Amino acid sequence: MGKTIAEKIFDAHIVDQPGGDVVVLALDAVFCHEITTPIAIEDLVARGKDRVFDPSKIKAVIDHVTPAKDSKTALQGKILRDWARRHGIKDFFDIGRNGVCHAIFPEKGFVRPGYTIIMGDSHTCTHGAFGAFAAGVGTTDLEVGILKGVCAFKRPLSMKVSIAGTLQPGVYAKDVILWIIKTLGVNGATDRVIEFSGQAVATMSMEERMTLCNMAVEAGATSGICPPDMVTVDYLWKFIQEDYPSKEAALNAFMAFAPDGDAVYSDTLEIDVTTLVPQVTFGYKPDQVRPVSELEGTPIDQVYIGSCTNGRLEDLRVAAGIIKGRTISPTLRAIVSPATPEIFSAALEEGIIKVFMDAGFCVTNPTCGACLGMSNGILAPGEACASTTNRNFNGRMGKGGMVHLMSPATAAASAIAGRIINSELFSGNGQDRG
Amino acid sequence: MKNFSGRVLFLDRDDINTDEIIPAKYLTESTKEALKPYILEDLNLDGFDPGIDCEDKAVVVTRNNFGCGSSREHAPWVFEMNNINMVIASGFARIFRQNMFNCGMMALTLHADTIDNIFKRYKGTDTIINADLDEMLLTIHNGVDSDEIPFEVGEFDLALVRAGGWVNYADVNY
Repeated sequence: MGKTIAEKIFDAHIVDQPGGDVVVLALDAVFCHEITTPIAIEDLVARGKDRVFDPSKIKAVIDHVTPAKDSKTALQGKILRDWARRHGIKDFFDIGRNGVCHAIFPEKGFVRPGYTIIMGDSHTCTHGAFGAFAAGVGTTDLEVGILKGVCAFKRPLSMKVSIAGTLQPGVYAKDVILWIIKTLGVNGATDRVIEFSGQAVATMSMEERMTLCNMAVEAGATSGICPPDMVTVDYLWKFIQEDYPSKEAALNAFMAFAPDGDAVYSDTLEIDVTTLVPQVTFGYKPDQVRPVSELEGTPIDQVYIGSCTNGRLEDLRVAAGIIKGRTISPTLRAIVSPATPEIFSAALEEGIIKVFMDAGFCVTNPTCGACLGMSNGILAPGEACASTTNRNFNGRMGKGGMVHLMSPATAAASAIAGRIINSELFSGNGQDRG
Repeated sequence: MKNFSGRVLFLDRDDINTDEIIPAKYLTESTKEALKPYILEDLNLDGFDPGIDCEDKAVVVTRNNFGCGSSREHAPWVFEMNNINMVIASGFARIFRQNMFNCGMMALTLHADTIDNIFKRYKGTDTIINADLDEMLLTIHNGVDSDEIPFEVGEFDLALVRAGGWVNYADVNY
């Protein structure tokens, strides 16, 4: 019987089967940030087990609140920093070199097809874009991962989401994933790995695939995953060119983690995105999604462009293209946070940062801050934010605030208009899908 | 092993998320103990007052997809710090459920009809649930009604509960 991508990765990493359908996997990488790791570190110290299984496989970053906003967040940074130093963790990204974890770790080449990766962060599923099994876990799983290099999972079912068609101008991976979450519901993929495939995925860049996989958890999925292909190889080539004689050879090796033609899926969703229109959320759950046209005119107080979902260079380029030569509405404020220093630097060189500043945007350093209401853009009660982030829970960006999730194009157009509106890049010829 | 018996807190809603259980602004704490006062602070539920309603409770009974959202283990911890070690629901988000067992706590899944019956018979009353892990049986009563409800827990999950969590288990086995 054929296997799905997740089944192939699992079978290549099993170290124990402790009962039932649970397997313990060997980990290729453990990613850490300063919010969920310090308590694991402190617990290891308290247990007299302040060790790491392999410092070269542990990557750490300070990203949620950076620079520190108070003594408590300074302490969290210090615990992570001191720990990285004393264990010789070379890939530790401190202030000035730090970026949003799910943007900076792929950018550094730390994610490869077939890898098993955990992190104490639910959006770790982002890294499935590379054909890896990457799952968000809690601090205890992280602690055991750091100490032993293993993590236990139930053998996940695989759900096939086949995406046919070609996106219209002004419609993006963000609109696709919002629409998929609306279709599946917030627990429609619980205990499943969503395997994305189809023509629309094959033509997506790695950045777009990361946007797609990033929000798999919002449908309850253990992870999202895309089959590795030449797009994956091209992205990774500068990191792997010493390892393979040619790109074709690399692709050949990665094909070990492509799904078999006769793989068995627990569920299958087939969609065609040719007529898909831009989407936006309206409530406190990420499956509460409607076409932008139905929410057009909704007042907003803040626009936020950034995060692990949509803070990459492609996202900034799209937004800047809409904003160029214009200014934001005087009725709102707007914030852009390039997700990594490399993205920030490239945006500077391309003149994108100047476009944002001339339009009246506040440009912040790379950080997760505003997305989860921790720093750098918290809403006041009763305020609404047009946001390129991934979660619209009640109070997410500040107690009493409302978050409308959308693509960078829609957010940029809304910043200019002062209310939710479709971008001019979208011609409006598509059918509004239910 | 932790205590899994006592008075019940009923949370009658689907999709209660981790931001409602413990808002992100409290994730700056570096100890579990500091989380205690903030339990369910942002829960969107009519008439619910966390300061009053969470007092002296040991078990949560709720609906589907409980604990969706963030991976933060602060969600199980804030229950643990308030002496609530068991959540019974018709469904859980994967990470929350795993985090509960990883902490040696219980996340029990019952059929949606069973949960519905519990809400119909017991919600709004002073209800006590006792969990017998040897017999795999819940006893629920409120002085007027009582029921015995069998439950299932996977072998590995039960091993985590008996070991006092995943760190203890993994340290012995790997």
